[in-house]
Amino acid sequence: MKSSLMLHTITRIVAFIILSFSVFLFFAGHNNPGGGFIGGLMTAAGLLLLYVSFDLKTIKRVIPFNYTTMIATGMLLAIGTGVVSMFLGDAYLTQYFDYFQLPILGETELTTALPFDLGIYLVVVGVALLSILTIAEDDA
Amino acid sequence: MEILMILVIGVIFTVATYLILTKSLLRVVIGLIMYGHGAHLLFITLAGLKQGAPPLLGEEAVAYADPLPQAVVLTAIVIGFGVTAFLLVIAYRTYKVHQTDDLDQLRGSADE
Amino acid sequence: MSLLHLVILAPFVLAILVPFLYKYVRQVHTGWFVMILPLTLFIYFLQFLPMISRGETIYEQQPWIPSLGINFDVYVDGLGLLFGLLITGIGTLVVLYSIYYLYNKKKESLHNFYVYLLMFMGAMLGVVFSDNLMTLYIFWELTSLASSLLIAYWFHKERSRYGAQKSMLITVSGGFAMLAGFSLLYVMTNTFSIREIIAQADVIVTSPLFIPAMLLVLAGAFTKSAQFPFHIWLPDAMEAPTPVSAYLHSATMVKAGIYLVARLTPVFGITQHWFWIVSGFGIFTLIWGSVSAIRQKDLKAILAFSTISQLGLIMALLGLGSAAFHYDVAVVGTLYYTATLAAVFHLINHATFKGSLFMIVGIVDHETGTRDIRKLGGLMAIMPITFTVALIGTLSMAGVPPFNGFLSKEMFFTAALNATTMDIFNMQTLGILFPVIAWIASIFTFAYCILMFSRTFLGKFKPEKLEKEVHEAPIGLLIPPIVLASLVVIFGLFPNLLAYSIIEPTMASILPNVLADGERFYVNIYHWHGFNTELFMTIGVVIFGSLIYLNLKKWAEVNWFLRERDPLNWVYDNSLVWTVNGSIKVTNMQMTGLLRDYFVFMTVFIIGLMGYTMIKYNIFAIDLANVAEVSPYVLILVIVLLATTVLLPFISHRITAIVATGVIGFLIALLFVVFRAPDLALTQLLVETVMVVLFLLAFYHLPELRKEKFTPRFKLTNLVVSIGVGLVITLTALSAHAFSHANPIQPISDYFVKNSYELAGGKNMVNVILVDFRGLDTMLEVLVLAIAALGIVVLIKLRMTGKEDV
Repeated sequence: MKSSLMLHTITRIVAFIILSFSVFLFFAGHNNPGGGFIGGLMTAAGLLLLYVSFDLKTIKRVIPFNYTTMIATGMLLAIGTGVVSMFLGDAYLTQYFDYFQLPILGETELTTALPFDLGIYLVVVGVALLSILTIAEDDA
Repeated sequence: MEILMILVIGVIFTVATYLILTKSLLRVVIGLIMYGHGAHLLFITLAGLKQGAPPLLGEEAVAYADPLPQAVVLTAIVIGFGVTAFLLVIAYRTYKVHQTDDLDQLRGSADE
Repeated sequence: MSLLHLVILAPFVLAILVPFLYKYVRQVHTGWFVMILPLTLFIYFLQFLPMISRGETIYEQQPWIPSLGINFDVYVDGLGLLFGLLITGIGTLVVLYSIYYLYNKKKESLHNFYVYLLMFMGAMLGVVFSDNLMTLYIFWELTSLASSLLIAYWFHKERSRYGAQKSMLITVSGGFAMLAGFSLLYVMTNTFSIREIIAQADVIVTSPLFIPAMLLVLAGAFTKSAQFPFHIWLPDAMEAPTPVSAYLHSATMVKAGIYLVARLTPVFGITQHWFWIVSGFGIFTLIWGSVSAIRQKDLKAILAFSTISQLGLIMALLGLGSAAFHYDVAVVGTLYYTATLAAVFHLINHATFKGSLFMIVGIVDHETGTRDIRKLGGLMAIMPITFTVALIGTLSMAGVPPFNGFLSKEMFFTAALNATTMDIFNMQTLGILFPVIAWIASIFTFAYCILMFSRTFLGKFKPEKLEKEVHEAPIGLLIPPIVLASLVVIFGLFPNLLAYSIIEPTMASILPNVLADGERFYVNIYHWHGFNTELFMTIGVVIFGSLIYLNLKKWAEVNWFLRERDPLNWVYDNSLVWTVNGSIKVTNMQMTGLLRDYFVFMTVFIIGLMGYTMIKYNIFAIDLANVAEVSPYVLILVIVLLATTVLLPFISHRITAIVATGVIGFLIALLFVVFRAPDLALTQLLVETVMVVLFLLAFYHLPELRKEKFTPRFKLTNLVVSIGVGLVITLTALSAHAFSHANPIQPISDYFVKNSYELAGGKNMVNVILVDFRGLDTMLEVLVLAIAALGIVVLIKLRMTGKEDV
């Protein structure tokens, strides 16, 4: 399997780049193109590349994610962030933001939209991979 | 450009409808995807294709493209993805169970 | 929320606990826990008696949906309390009886039974104590539901299911009619409160909606109280366990219609329509029921028709009683109140004797295994206690002194005779019908009473026809009918026990305003009236009734006499069949099972609708002036896009088709870039990537595309429909585009452009809209995604093996 050695090596590098970029896209979302949906899809695409070039079993050992749980976590996160504002007396899903001085990062904007977006991110990754892997694993 | 785009959208809808009316499951699925494309383009086109900066405040532009239809279409694209995935799996399972993807043969019998 | 509200809700609360009691306290019969409740409530209601008989009422408010005028207001007056006592009193006895009747704790699903029974009890209390028509309606339908569930208690029997469905269909459709009637009352009076509606009775009488409202409300009352021609559900309801028949289908639920008629008499009663409809349907039901009863061979069926006929009697009396509004009490005395008095009194009497008789029939069924009078006989010696109780009940029902049935029957005759002396509503000529029909019906009543009694207890004992060893029933089964039979005797001997305490206030609720303030109805019931017409009528009833019974053999040769089933059932059964067949036909016409046809229906409809609107309002417009200029890249992109799209239907290779679809997706992503939508472009690009993988995976398993084999006509239709859709979309879009330029509207997105940094601290407006301004939409969107993914997992992983029990 010489050709696959080549493929594997390149895939490792490329997938790493894609995944890093997807994380960047996710965080960039509030001010530049990107966000939960785009970041999520990019992550899914990166992981997909790994699944396509290696076989399912190997990747499962390396990335032991349960995508169903991931969807559920994402949903809970998205719903949960919305509930927080209700305790503060505002309407459901009211988002807050403020600027903080953090060590290393300097002045940073922290917003409650971020965990909400993270929820979306998780659901999108989960949905894309769960659908594809479910079909791929089906041998009947 | 709007007129041109509207004509293109008309063609997309015509083809999509034609595909949906055929008997093959795959063509029907593709037809539905084309419907989605047509609708997205229609939405963006009708919001006006007047030139303006992308809706990013960092651009410091005088005018921006309308962000609302973009947000709506973004949602639609992602939902379309979910629905298409689901459709595909249904098509796949239908074929597995009935060993045919011909909708004519898949029609239920009268007493079902 | 007052104690009275809690009293109404208590049965529902207990109903929630019953399944747990049934599951965890298995050694005690669940019925014992249930029995505590009606007993407590009965005692609780009894303490209202002195207050109510003084003419006072209780009114407790509890807002529910105040904006719609729907409140859970509780109102206790004579009529409500009378029903409350009946519901809880008979309820206690019935629960006690059911403990012994459904003695097999393991075999019977007692938790179901008692949940339904408690649900009924609470709902019925709600009906009689609600002051608000909407609350009343909700409880009303709950009683229908509970009744249906109880009829289907032994749901494995086909006849039980049939009976349940029938009662449900008839009573619930009546209920819907009633709801419409209530709404009309609201339209007329602007309130749902019964007391306020009664106060506005004069407004209602003059309204054009009066007749429709009255007919609709009566439809509800008549279906519930099994009046002709809606009575056909009651005999089939006899499939329910006997305690249920005794409770719901003779003593309480079927009297809900009576209650409603009595309650609304002050609203509608002043008119002759009400008088004639209520008394006419009542008297006809009376004779129909009594004549039908004599044809039955099943003890419970006899009782069912007997109940129908007695309900008709009470209904007729209420109708006759409404004439009292037209007479001044100072001029004619109490002459025309007798009808209402008889109705109330007979309501109580019927509950006692019919309840005991149902329980007796239950005992006979329980001990002998049959209710067929052709198999029974001679049980007198074997079951002496049952025999005695049955004798008291039967004689009371037949109207023989000194039991309470005699008293109310005498009063009924008096009321019917009084009717002939009325000088309103054409009663001078038609009035004579009432005593005549009443008398004939009573003869039949007497005959079927003797029939069912003698065939069961007298004659020869036929053990060879019975499957069981017959002996006297256990004491628990006997106590409830004995209690009821003692009441029959007590009320018969001392009727005035009831007169002052409950009958007078009840009459005051049915006939308000006819008495001056501070006055009350003076009711005095006594046995001996001297040798008057009523007495001779009773003697006639006994003689002719006995003659009919003695000549039953001859009657048996008459054709109609052999038919047990009510002829009206034919109408019900056939209309059901027609409805089903009709809907199957309609469904088959449109449901061809071919996906294409459905799409054609939808698209043709849309084309028609849009095209029609466009032509009708002449809105087509095109605006060539206000367009952005076409850049060369766009032109190239569009040409490639068009070419790929048009080629798509001609591709007959699946991989090519998938790739072509992918190409279209990527081209659209590029178009989004040109349209200044970076987020869209990114999303579209990524979605397309993931989708192609998905497609390849799924279609790896699917077969190759074939050339479509269509007839030319088929193909032409497809083509025409497709072009139609494309054309309509294009024209609509062009017109919309022109319209938006002709009528510039401030876009709502300006708000987002202005505020996305100030209010949400983000510079990417699209993202800010998604996660902040329209966060809920996005949340629901990911929910849809999650559902789709779980659907996929379910479709593929959780496959059925074909052995599941579905």
